[in-house]
Amino acid sequence: MIGHLTRTLLSGITLAAMLGIATVSTQAATLHMAWSQDATGLDPHKQTAFSSLRLLELIYEPLVRVDASLQIIPAIATSWEFSKDGKALTSKLDPKAKFQDGTAVTSADVKASFERILDEKTGAAARANFLSIASIDTPDPATVVFHLSQPDAPILTAMSDVNAAIVPASEIKAGSIGTKAVGSGPFKLDKWDPNAKEVLSANKDWAGGATGVDGIEISVLPDEAAILAAMRTKQIDFALLNDPLVATLVPKEASLQLNRVPVLSYHVLQLNPSRKPMTELKVRQAISCAIDRQEVLDTASLGEGKVTGPLTIPALATDPSQLFCYKRDVEKAKKLMTEAGYADGFSATVIGATGEPPTAAAEAQVIQSQLAEIGVKLDIKMMELNVYVDAWLKGDFDMAIALNGGRADPYTMYNRYWTKAGNLQKVANYIDDTLDSQMQQGRAETDPAKRKVIFAEFEKHLAEMSPWIWLYTSYSYTAQQKNIVGFVPTPTGTLFSLSKVTIQQ
Amino acid sequence: MNYLMRRLATFPLVLLGVSILVFVAIRMVPGDSITAMLGTEAGLLTPAQRDSLAAYFGIDQPWFVQYWRWIGGILHGNLGISVTYGRPVLDVILERFPLTLELAVLSMIIALAVGMPAGIFAATHNEKLSDLGVRIVAMIGQSTPSFVLGLLIIYTLSAGFGVLPAMGEFAPLWQDPLRNLSQLILPAITLGFAFAASVTRISRSAMLDVLSDDYVRTARSKGASARSVIWRHALPNALIPVVTLSGIEFGYLLGGAVIVEQIYALPGLGRMVLDAILQRDYALVQGSVLFIAFNFMIVNLLVDLAYVALDPRIRLGES
Repeated sequence: MIGHLTRTLLSGITLAAMLGIATVSTQAATLHMAWSQDATGLDPHKQTAFSSLRLLELIYEPLVRVDASLQIIPAIATSWEFSKDGKALTSKLDPKAKFQDGTAVTSADVKASFERILDEKTGAAARANFLSIASIDTPDPATVVFHLSQPDAPILTAMSDVNAAIVPASEIKAGSIGTKAVGSGPFKLDKWDPNAKEVLSANKDWAGGATGVDGIEISVLPDEAAILAAMRTKQIDFALLNDPLVATLVPKEASLQLNRVPVLSYHVLQLNPSRKPMTELKVRQAISCAIDRQEVLDTASLGEGKVTGPLTIPALATDPSQLFCYKRDVEKAKKLMTEAGYADGFSATVIGATGEPPTAAAEAQVIQSQLAEIGVKLDIKMMELNVYVDAWLKGDFDMAIALNGGRADPYTMYNRYWTKAGNLQKVANYIDDTLDSQMQQGRAETDPAKRKVIFAEFEKHLAEMSPWIWLYTSYSYTAQQKNIVGFVPTPTGTLFSLSKVTIQQ
Repeated sequence: MNYLMRRLATFPLVLLGVSILVFVAIRMVPGDSITAMLGTEAGLLTPAQRDSLAAYFGIDQPWFVQYWRWIGGILHGNLGISVTYGRPVLDVILERFPLTLELAVLSMIIALAVGMPAGIFAATHNEKLSDLGVRIVAMIGQSTPSFVLGLLIIYTLSAGFGVLPAMGEFAPLWQDPLRNLSQLILPAITLGFAFAASVTRISRSAMLDVLSDDYVRTARSKGASARSVIWRHALPNALIPVVTLSGIEFGYLLGGAVIVEQIYALPGLGRMVLDAILQRDYALVQGSVLFIAFNFMIVNLLVDLAYVALDPRIRLGES
């Protein structure tokens, strides 16, 4: 009896130990991640918030992607080719590509997805990037031909965005995009508790091969100091950080690693050239000359970034020190103010969004003190993000501190502001023939070398006209435990390479 | 009973007032659900795209139509659908409320368990060094913001001892009581610290008042022991201001402790309302505020009833 009991106990303990081992190894293959701001929705065509894009690009795939050096690489499309006249783009689809419900990704899904983006009823923000698409042909299930109304070189870069994700035609028909997440990406969304948690599991059918982890659990920890604390105690393997003050603390922890990469988005002081006295070129130029961009970067962002001109794309950016008044010159600024009839200065209000970016208030304060030297009295008005966005979209400000998103292509990045038909002309409030024609040339030109020359001129002219004062680009930060291997940070901030990270035991 | 019925009868009127206030206030704040979702990218929308999204978010109709539709829904027990969660507002609220309730109860237990004995101790050692010590600690407690204390606790535990209760996924009490308590105890201490300080100060001053009353002197002269004078004679009367303070504090806590929930990443009512405001999830904001107002009224009513229990001389509703 005792022998039987002992055997039972022993086998029970062995089984429990085995189960325990099994549990440990399963848990070890789940990446525990944290971020402070959660995704705001699941419709890849409608979401523009940073966290939404980062989540959705793990679930959905666009036709193409950009790599760490911003070169176009295959995603659902294995190849692509523009016609000689630049008015047709033919893409071949990966025959292995499957949606997470097991159905193949076909040209019909691609056509339906782009038609959904172009349909005004959808409310897709990326629609503006695809207006040159006149029609879409699907000669066979693996071939898509986009017929364009005019040559449009940047369209391929625009197609790399998750806002141009390919979704199943059947889900569009069912009206379930945004309530059900069915993509062809490396992970499936198992659970989403808004502002609290996301649970993702590996998509075994992913055409990109096996993922490095079985799943990802994302926790929303609103305070970044708490994220760092949770990483110290190893509750979190990987985290997204926004605040440079927190990010700079990461390297002080022996078990943690900080990944930082310069991003395409840029910090800028937007002037409103439709309001006096910013209507005067010399006043705008005086402001540009009076601002010490490096000091703004050093003070507001602890030097975490790089002074930039309008172009933040590494392959196209020129040396900012060559741009107009990028070396602070207060005397020149005062002279320009006098010539413009504002020798005694003027008063203006600068708006900023509280916490968006975390450095906004500090940037405004440094600029306030710098401009005081040429007699410009700045009143700082910090607002809740939505209130700020409302004022910003109406162009209802004298000056605005902004962190504007960047794109891998300068046309896609700036056509909204610096073309005559730009959707955000009312925000930029400045346009001239030179800017407009440079943008149109850049759009039609497909030769990279010639494009570089066109956009260098565009950048020089923009800095001289000074409708905005470009300040600096910062870094995108991710923090990770040192046993997480394989993450590749990129200037777009994408977390797509989490599909290949592994957890070393 | 009469008083109770009269108070309950005022509830719908108060809630109607709250509903109008919250409905108008949230719409007067610049920005809407579209700008909350798209940020500055909302500027890329054509008018037709904007109209289509406005219809999707239910903000395409005039205010009074929206309000009428909302109130009509409430009368049928439907607080609306949250656009963030894609679920009925009441379901989302009821999912978050247990945590908030539990946190409020735990903080109150901590506050009363620490604050009342400390207050009584200080009152009975009036103007002595120990009284001064209690008053200084209470003042520090009242003037330390909860985010400072919360971050200090988190930093000390994680950096100094390498431990921290699990953050991110919250375990409900009925599923895993131990894990639940381990997750809630630090937030409860953070909240309870300032609350305890207030209780200490108010119970000290109430006790001092009562101890100088004639009936206490009479009790002492009749030979009642010091312990009996404090616990039997003085304390019940000194409790009335403590109950008032606790009721108000508890009512506030039922509305969610936004900062503490943010720091400790607790999915409570406060954080939910904050996120709903930031995301302009109108139905969720409106429903939550109504729910919080209702809770506040119930707590206030219970406080009034507690007065009667504590002091039989008080007759509610009688002039």
